[in-house]
Amino acid sequence: MKGILLTGDKPIIPEGTKMVPVYIMGKKYDVPETLTIQKALEYAGYQLIRGCGCRGGICGACATVYRIMGDHKLYFGLACQTVVKENMVLTQIPFYPYKRRIHDIDNLEPTAETMAKIYPEIMKCVGCNTCTRACPMEIKVMDYINAAIRGDIERCAKLSLDCILCGLCTSRCPAQITHYNVGMLARRLTGAKIFKSAEHLKARVQEIQSGKYEPFLRELIEASEEELKRRYVEEREWEPLDSKEKGWKPQDQRYL
Amino acid sequence: MSGYPESLRESIKLVEKTRAERVEKAKRGEIFKPLTMEQRKEVLSKFHPDYMEGTKRVVNVGPDKGEMFPNELADLLEAHSRINPKDFDLNNYDLETDVLVIGGGGAGSSAAIMAAYQGARVILATKLRHGDANTVMAEGGIQAADQEVDSPYYHFLDTMGGGHFLNDRKIVASLTSDAPIIASWLEKLGMMFDKYPDGRMKVRHGGGTCRKRMHSCGDMTGSEIMRVLRDEVRNHPDKIEVIEFSPAVELLLDENGRCAGAILYNLETEEYIVVKAKAVIMATGGFGRLHFNGFPCTNHYGATADGIVMAYRAGIKLRFMDSVQYHPTGVVFPEQNVGLLITEKVRGLGATLLNKYGQEFVFPLEPRDVESACIIRECTERGNGVVTPTGRLGVWLDSPMIDMLEGEGTVKRELPAKYIQFIRHGIDISKEPMLIFPTIHYQNGGLWMDENARTQIEGLYSAGEVSGGVHGRNRLMGNSLLDILVFGRRAGLHAGEYVKNVKIGKLTLEHVVKYEQELEQAGIKTDRIAPMILPDYIREEVKAKEKTSRYFGTLR
Repeated sequence: MKGILLTGDKPIIPEGTKMVPVYIMGKKYDVPETLTIQKALEYAGYQLIRGCGCRGGICGACATVYRIMGDHKLYFGLACQTVVKENMVLTQIPFYPYKRRIHDIDNLEPTAETMAKIYPEIMKCVGCNTCTRACPMEIKVMDYINAAIRGDIERCAKLSLDCILCGLCTSRCPAQITHYNVGMLARRLTGAKIFKSAEHLKARVQEIQSGKYEPFLRELIEASEEELKRRYVEEREWEPLDSKEKGWKPQDQRYL
Repeated sequence: MSGYPESLRESIKLVEKTRAERVEKAKRGEIFKPLTMEQRKEVLSKFHPDYMEGTKRVVNVGPDKGEMFPNELADLLEAHSRINPKDFDLNNYDLETDVLVIGGGGAGSSAAIMAAYQGARVILATKLRHGDANTVMAEGGIQAADQEVDSPYYHFLDTMGGGHFLNDRKIVASLTSDAPIIASWLEKLGMMFDKYPDGRMKVRHGGGTCRKRMHSCGDMTGSEIMRVLRDEVRNHPDKIEVIEFSPAVELLLDENGRCAGAILYNLETEEYIVVKAKAVIMATGGFGRLHFNGFPCTNHYGATADGIVMAYRAGIKLRFMDSVQYHPTGVVFPEQNVGLLITEKVRGLGATLLNKYGQEFVFPLEPRDVESACIIRECTERGNGVVTPTGRLGVWLDSPMIDMLEGEGTVKRELPAKYIQFIRHGIDISKEPMLIFPTIHYQNGGLWMDENARTQIEGLYSAGEVSGGVHGRNRLMGNSLLDILVFGRRAGLHAGEYVKNVKIGKLTLEHVVKYEQELEQAGIKTDRIAPMILPDYIREEVKAKEKTSRYFGTLR
């Protein structure tokens, strides 16, 4: 487009950008130092099939483990979010075997007993905190496992809320826990059993099922385009941002 | 230390200068004046890429022969099949099921669950992992008119206005009246909605809404919905078989013209798998990875319009397929994140858009196409864009206003995923603004379907972004997470019922043979093949060295 620099998904690599060696599964490639691991893989010539998903840090497909050559320390990150470093030795872990039990959320209680019954291995947590150190989302993984053990399901849910289920925690656990499935269960229990259900929602569903809104919607389906536009422009009162504090109510209540 | 280079910090200073006054104005309830309907029309016609010359061309084959489509999509419609129908003995199918769901995002997963609830046996085939879809990337929320001051009537009106009154009204009625049913279902499945202690849903405005009906889970609403749905699919392995890394490449029909399955392609072994099914639900998502006009996109790696291509070859017409949604706020800095989505919720929380002088130039909650066109105008015609170190243009989205308006800590609490994405690059978005430019976000149009997700081919259903009609020419925020679940659910329910009585005849790929003939008759000579399956991001320099001249086995 005129006057705008657009390159699709191709990163712009300014002239003079430093090239650095990275070792993809041990094999050396020289790549621009500004690229993420994911784009460096593509720069090197890889057509990604596994290990690539949303490309935006939220799907958990591109879990990656790396070292800097010569250093003993292990690092963890998402390939789409982590910028390469000189002498990075990396591998993706696109899949890691996990444990998940079938359950029926309707018939479970949000208790320590439920967690221990479905995922008894959490009791074997040795408290090493390796899971937390492996998390690319900076979640306090061990803390949420401890919350699950104690039966503080809501805390487990809230601590694990940012989890993208990449599995890096699980790949590192000496107690062989599948942490992210523990968090998943805790969140569903919290949403379904600990949070109070929305009464206004229940009431609205009943109103819909009773057919209350059908005539209103039929009016709109059958209206001329002109009439529809008129209602859109003239009859929609805008709810103010602080409506809750003010106890705002629209003047026109015919269609509520 | 700021992640912004010196060249950008000068403009940030100008933004900071006007901030306090803007916050005061917002507190008084004063807003930048929204455009009138006429002004909207004008800015769209001049600055929205959909309306620009040279971005579209006529397609000369298929059910919409003679219609205009974006160039990149037209190329896929005028392309060969990946397979030769002659190579397939369809009497010997590999798998057989009641319902085949193609696509493992929110639409496909909810369809699979609903069909299973009806007692159907389901195969869910997906190109990448189950859950790899645009669903996980939806940040801001899901609309449902469940508050006392709201009703499906207003949700309907807002949706029509957003879509420029072109939406299929019967479909919009399904969308808006099912919305609370969907919210209630998600609540029961254990989704962690943002709520008040008494259980009341926290709701917000989105662009183009007259009432607050945006429900959320922080800024990872789609991610939360997807992980709950995927988890629920896994509770029914007796009913639902999930096949990953196996995209469909062609639909199968039977001798009576019913949809009767699909051919899957195992991406790892390169085998093709013939699946016979009594009904098929197309839920392949959108087309952002086609990168129209070179724009970046917010979409998932797999968003390559596969379902459009397959269904079009089988005879399904498309609607509003020339309409691309550009999300107003995509990242333009840092370079590593170019194109990624910044949720509309940021503007819903009170952040305003500013040019390089720190001046407001647009009402922050216009419908998305209007907002995008205004940003493009500001950067091009008016020349008030900020230039990044790599030469891209953008405007500021002033997120620090949020903490000033709603209290310290709001940004971190309400936008945790965005916060962490920027802090990785040294930018604290609760203290510094974000630099943004429109990015391809959504396929507004798609396959023809009715209010119950049925297409014109018996036994073929369509759900989610692959469908057209729900959003007209422009979708509102919070209506896509809703769309996938409303029509995923409806498709699953109807298909689950339909398969109880249907008898499938002899399988055929005759429609593919005919499509190839049509290509030839239209004089289209091309090497292109479709569906695309995955975007090609390999550099030309690498490709030039891929000189294999003969293949042995499957080693390329």
